[in-house]
Amino acid sequence: MTNETKQAQHENLDTLTRGIWRENPVFVMLLGLCPVLAVTNSVVNALAMGLATTFVLFMASTVVSLVRKLIPKQVRIACYILVIATFVTVVDYLLQAISFEVHRALGAFIALIVVNCAILGRSEAFASKNNVGKSMLDALGFGGGFTIACLCMGGVREVLGAGTFAGIPLFGPSFAGWSIMILPGGAFFVLGAWLLLFNWLRERKERAEKFTGTSFENRETSKDLGT
Amino acid sequence: MAQATGDMENNQQTPQPIIPEDTTTGTTMVLTMGLIGLACAILIVLTYQSTQATIEENKARFLEKAIFEVLPNTTGKVTYAAEHGALGQMPAGKQAEMEYYAGYNDRQQLTGIAIPAEGPGFQDIVRILYGYAPACRCIVGMKVLESKETPGLGTKIETDPVFLKNFETLDVRLTPDGNAIANPIVLVKPRQKENPWEIDAISGATISSQAIADILQASTADAVPLIEKNLDTLTR
Amino acid sequence: MNSSLQIFIDACLINNFVLAYFLGLCPFLGVSTKTETALRMGAAVIFVMLVASASAYGIHQILVYINAPYLHLISYVVVIASSVQLVEMFIKKFSPTLFRTLGIFLPLITTNCAILGVALFQTNREYDFIESLSFATGAGVGFTLALLMMSGIRERLELSDLSSVAQGAAVTLMVAGVLSMTFMGFAGMGR
Repeated sequence: MTNETKQAQHENLDTLTRGIWRENPVFVMLLGLCPVLAVTNSVVNALAMGLATTFVLFMASTVVSLVRKLIPKQVRIACYILVIATFVTVVDYLLQAISFEVHRALGAFIALIVVNCAILGRSEAFASKNNVGKSMLDALGFGGGFTIACLCMGGVREVLGAGTFAGIPLFGPSFAGWSIMILPGGAFFVLGAWLLLFNWLRERKERAEKFTGTSFENRETSKDLGT
Repeated sequence: MAQATGDMENNQQTPQPIIPEDTTTGTTMVLTMGLIGLACAILIVLTYQSTQATIEENKARFLEKAIFEVLPNTTGKVTYAAEHGALGQMPAGKQAEMEYYAGYNDRQQLTGIAIPAEGPGFQDIVRILYGYAPACRCIVGMKVLESKETPGLGTKIETDPVFLKNFETLDVRLTPDGNAIANPIVLVKPRQKENPWEIDAISGATISSQAIADILQASTADAVPLIEKNLDTLTR
Repeated sequence: MNSSLQIFIDACLINNFVLAYFLGLCPFLGVSTKTETALRMGAAVIFVMLVASASAYGIHQILVYINAPYLHLISYVVVIASSVQLVEMFIKKFSPTLFRTLGIFLPLITTNCAILGVALFQTNREYDFIESLSFATGAGVGFTLALLMMSGIRERLELSDLSSVAQGAAVTLMVAGVLSMTFMGFAGMGR
């Protein structure tokens, strides 16, 4: 294997994994918080929302990347929004056909995927500048990162709030759920707690890197809120 | 006057603002957007048409399941709608504002009528479906279809077995003239139910229990006299 | 009238858009550092919501008439974005003072999920025109209220000695959680 192919592979792997951890759309970039907080009161809902968003992100990135050279740059945002809205409508109907119960639980929040800034952000920042293959990898990475974030939220909230995981009871019948976890307030607390954890991990790592003398990148921290 | 001429001269002298040279014209932009819009519309319509049948089926199955839950021993249903005080069978595929679902057992006998109703709850609108059985002149089942009550407290109206037992035989007999409920449904304090038309409240979820009682009281006042008057149509 | 008032209170307090539905979180976290900016942002949101609500009502009527429910989302998105743009141009031309007050926020809110949320919820709940408008006003006022409270708290928070781990989004979200719990106290007012 030549050095070049190795490097290309490494780059592709990086495109894929970047969205999952280092630039996680929810925990690091704080994008698309609305669905992450609103529908993650159970694991099943969180998974459905994550997968629906991933689907829309993947399809939109693919299409945007395919037609990126045909779209005049003045109308590009409008075109991206059209493409995204189309796939959201598609996913809305597909979900209704696959599982009516889950669709009822998610309600209007499926339609609100349109305004998930993470999707438009990826279309604009990555898919409009890169080829189809790379855009697909990037979309899968970010979609995966988003789904994992949803599951982190949904898992904690369902386990603490109802004592179940994906509907399976964990603690026996005498467990009284913490109602607050399922209520809106709990969503804010859980996300806040996850951010605390990630901030702490990051600080510890940076301190360790400083200590050993290796250079560390000055990553975008969560202070960058204006997105 | 002089100034006006001056202005005009000035106007003539000012050069046209230079539009920055761009390769894309307005037509191309409109055309691209139009094409993308068209492609999107086609995709949406295709998905809509291919999923529509399944979605309708899912909805119908969901409703049927709820109907069979509030009317024990039911295996079939026919949808009716009210028109000028009379119940008429609904043609398949149509929808009415207020629908009544007559349930039948496997010997084609009327088991009861499932009636949807709604009203304000603690947090948002609560939608329920309840079953009325003409045989005992009572409500025989109640199911919450949609609510946003407080989890763990208000949601007990959906799960609490003691509360749901209230709706196994809840008396809604009519007055002798058949125009009103003889004893309108009322909510009483927990474990103080004495008469068959009273509902035991859930302690800790009084407002949600009250909401259910209010919805039932309002709905039965119209629905039960209507059904009793049209009983012959329903029993076939 | 009674039902309009009820819808207003419901959208503003009981089911506050930010604190109960999590709509419009991006500006909520981004712009809520100064009370004055928060107030202007709130005014702009109320205004855009009214425009969006009115146009969404119109589109809904047309779509019902031509029997094409599947075009709801896509036309809402397009029409809201373009009507906000139009309004922006209009204000810029006729009232520069107002434009200076609202101006920079208008493009920001076009992609705000709260705006689309208003359009979608009013369609889902089958509100008539007056009800839609009072729903939009309620949602906007609720948003402003949440933003104002948040910015007031954050102005104080700036001066307090926080661990570096908790600074920024983490503590803001915790505060939002407390606010959300506070607003739960309004539940039951709808009855």
